[in-house]
Amino acid sequence: MATTEAEVPTTSLTDLLERVEALEAEQRNQIKKKNKLTIIAWGGSLDQIWPTTILATTAAASGMEASVFFTFWGLFAIVRPGVRITGENWMQKMMSVMNPGSAQKAKLSHYHFAGAGPAMFKKLADDHHVAKPDELIGLANDLGVRLIPCQMTMDLLGLKREDLIDGLEEPIGAATAIAEMRDAAVSLFI
Amino acid sequence: MDVIAHTVDAKGQSCPGPLVALARAIKDAEPGELFELLATDPGSRSDVPSWADLSGNELVDAETLEDGSFRYVIRKVA
Repeated sequence: MATTEAEVPTTSLTDLLERVEALEAEQRNQIKKKNKLTIIAWGGSLDQIWPTTILATTAAASGMEASVFFTFWGLFAIVRPGVRITGENWMQKMMSVMNPGSAQKAKLSHYHFAGAGPAMFKKLADDHHVAKPDELIGLANDLGVRLIPCQMTMDLLGLKREDLIDGLEEPIGAATAIAEMRDAAVSLFI
Repeated sequence: MDVIAHTVDAKGQSCPGPLVALARAIKDAEPGELFELLATDPGSRSDVPSWADLSGNELVDAETLEDGSFRYVIRKVA
């Protein structure tokens, strides 16, 4: 009488080895780095740029690779303090008036109250010794966080490289941002 | 007995202050060196173990002191 084992189609060792090899190759192609965080900093308001900079600095301090891609409103957070009106035409200039540059000037998305909200927030931050976003951006730089502006938004808003703070990487495009995210185990859009 | 090589006093600092201070201090240290981190941030109780896990360093000891502040001993591994 035939045993059950005999009915099971046997796989040869060569087959198995080939399959293992194929799986290993596939795994090598999944190039997610466990130790990498990428943040798309889309929002420029204080309550967005703050967690963005806290998470990026903490990741870097924990030995992770960290990169932040600044796009749209997020770009205004890395405008050099003191740079007032940017852009070439009236639309771009108006944008810069509506979004005063640098993280220090960031508005709150809620309860802005003509600047009273952020002022209160910063007072609370001082009382609790919480570093503010502009300090955290400097810290991020020191810790080796890669701060990368979006070329397309720069063009759209008429922002030039010299309008932005020091310590940034060369501006990149969406494909490079996606490549950054693909490499990272943690990708956030803030 | 192992001797604490460095003390990082991050009392009064909030997240991520203590971790950043610790990371900066530990960066140029030799593997095996012991660090003492002093903090008052209650968040550090969960954050310091997480940091150790992420950064691959060893949390040797964690205690709450009599004044309610926290003391951590960390061994630099990597």
